[in-house]
Amino acid sequence: MPSDYWQTLRLTLALAACTTVLLLLLGLPLAYGLARSRSRLRPLLEAVVSLPLVLPPTVIGFYLLLAFSDSTALGRFLINQLGLSLNFTFAGILAGSLVYSLPFMVQPLQAGFRQLPRSLAEAAATLGKSRGTTLWRVLLPNMKPALLNGAVLTFAHTLGEFGVVLMIGGNLPGRTRVASIAIYDEVESLNYGQANAYALTLLVVAFAILVALYWFSKRDARLS
Amino acid sequence: MLDFHLTKALHTAAGPRTLDVALALPPGELLALSGPSGAGKTTLLRLLAGLDRPDAGFVRCEEQTWYDGPRRQWLPPQRRPLGFVFQDYALFPNMTVRENLAFAAEGQSDKNQWVNELLELLELGELAARRPALLSGGQQQRVALARALARRPRLLLLDEPLSALDLPTRLRLQQVLADVHRRFALTTILISHDPAEIARLAHRVLTLDLGRVVGVGLPAAPPTPATVAGRVLAVLPAGRLRVQLPGGAEVEVAAPSGYAGGVGAEIALTVAVGEG
Repeated sequence: MPSDYWQTLRLTLALAACTTVLLLLLGLPLAYGLARSRSRLRPLLEAVVSLPLVLPPTVIGFYLLLAFSDSTALGRFLINQLGLSLNFTFAGILAGSLVYSLPFMVQPLQAGFRQLPRSLAEAAATLGKSRGTTLWRVLLPNMKPALLNGAVLTFAHTLGEFGVVLMIGGNLPGRTRVASIAIYDEVESLNYGQANAYALTLLVVAFAILVALYWFSKRDARLS
Repeated sequence: MLDFHLTKALHTAAGPRTLDVALALPPGELLALSGPSGAGKTTLLRLLAGLDRPDAGFVRCEEQTWYDGPRRQWLPPQRRPLGFVFQDYALFPNMTVRENLAFAAEGQSDKNQWVNELLELLELGELAARRPALLSGGQQQRVALARALARRPRLLLLDEPLSALDLPTRLRLQQVLADVHRRFALTTILISHDPAEIARLAHRVLTLDLGRVVGVGLPAAPPTPATVAGRVLAVLPAGRLRVQLPGGAEVEVAAPSGYAGGVGAEIALTVAVGEG
């Protein structure tokens, strides 16, 4: 059983870490665009980004399951053209996590961009700096708390993911079986001790992450 | 030579108006831009810098076209060789004073030497390792000016650089601005509400109101102290006098040393004319 435990835990952490890194890369341009946009379509895009906050995870999981299957055009394209069979794979639950945790990354980043005075980016422009240089050397270094917040919330939220993973990934040990699903599975089989091992681990990890976040933001507030 | 004609829709407190300004500045001129708030002064500066897009017109600086409405030419702010000092200074909080200047001076062949020179010129040497948050308003202003110069611009745009500062700091920074202008002979546009500051620094002043040019000309002569005759109404305790001024207003002043006149006597008063 201990090997099961470590395998599941490794998979859970790998999923959370991959989701956090990919969402940072995807979320930054999206949040930057949303924060600066004056388009009339912005509310629409913001609603799409925030949708996973209010939808039951099973709804997201259900539609992603359909989208990845060969019964839809998208699914056939993924499977036949790209060779991506996503259902019941790690890549599939990763894709689901990206959708599910999107608002937890984008919203703090968007707020971080909005908090910066507009004149900072403008001053960089009058100094001849490109948008990329401005983003990397002026904007991001001045919104570290927002970056930390987005990354930590995304990581923690992905650790606790259940419905989406269950719908797309099922419960395949070593491939899609993450801790929250393992807990459910162990309880179903009346293995309360094993369920407790997973549950306690998640509890401690989640608590430690939040303590670290608040400790960092307190230190940051004192420094600035 | 800076030559422009710019128009842009303005949203003023008095309703929609159009900013419409045409002017040519000979090289090295320091032009003051004056007028009530909402007149379009900052907008004009932002249009020249390329931070906002004009509705129509053109901007040419030293044979280089920065903007040409009919020909759809547009140079983004990054490619216009100018320095801009923002009203809120817009210093980068994550960089020290020296790093702010070095960031701006990137690409200059003599970067380090040039940054040192600017630090010395604006008396920032002792503050070089500090972050902007730990600087006073006047110090931040000097850093902002040094940073705007670091790119070796051809045009300097200053958006009310001194208005937020107390009078002694302002007077000192006016001197700094005058020195910088003498040293680099940069074509400069400065927004200012202070007639004394304009008289001291500018070659010409352009006055805007609700987007329209209401005057271009030489700055008004600086206000000088005037001497008026007052009539003593009462001799008060502690060597003070109540005096009636020619307009009828009454003021209380300290009696001149050795004053021996009584009620009804005339005395000379020096009056500093207040700044509009």
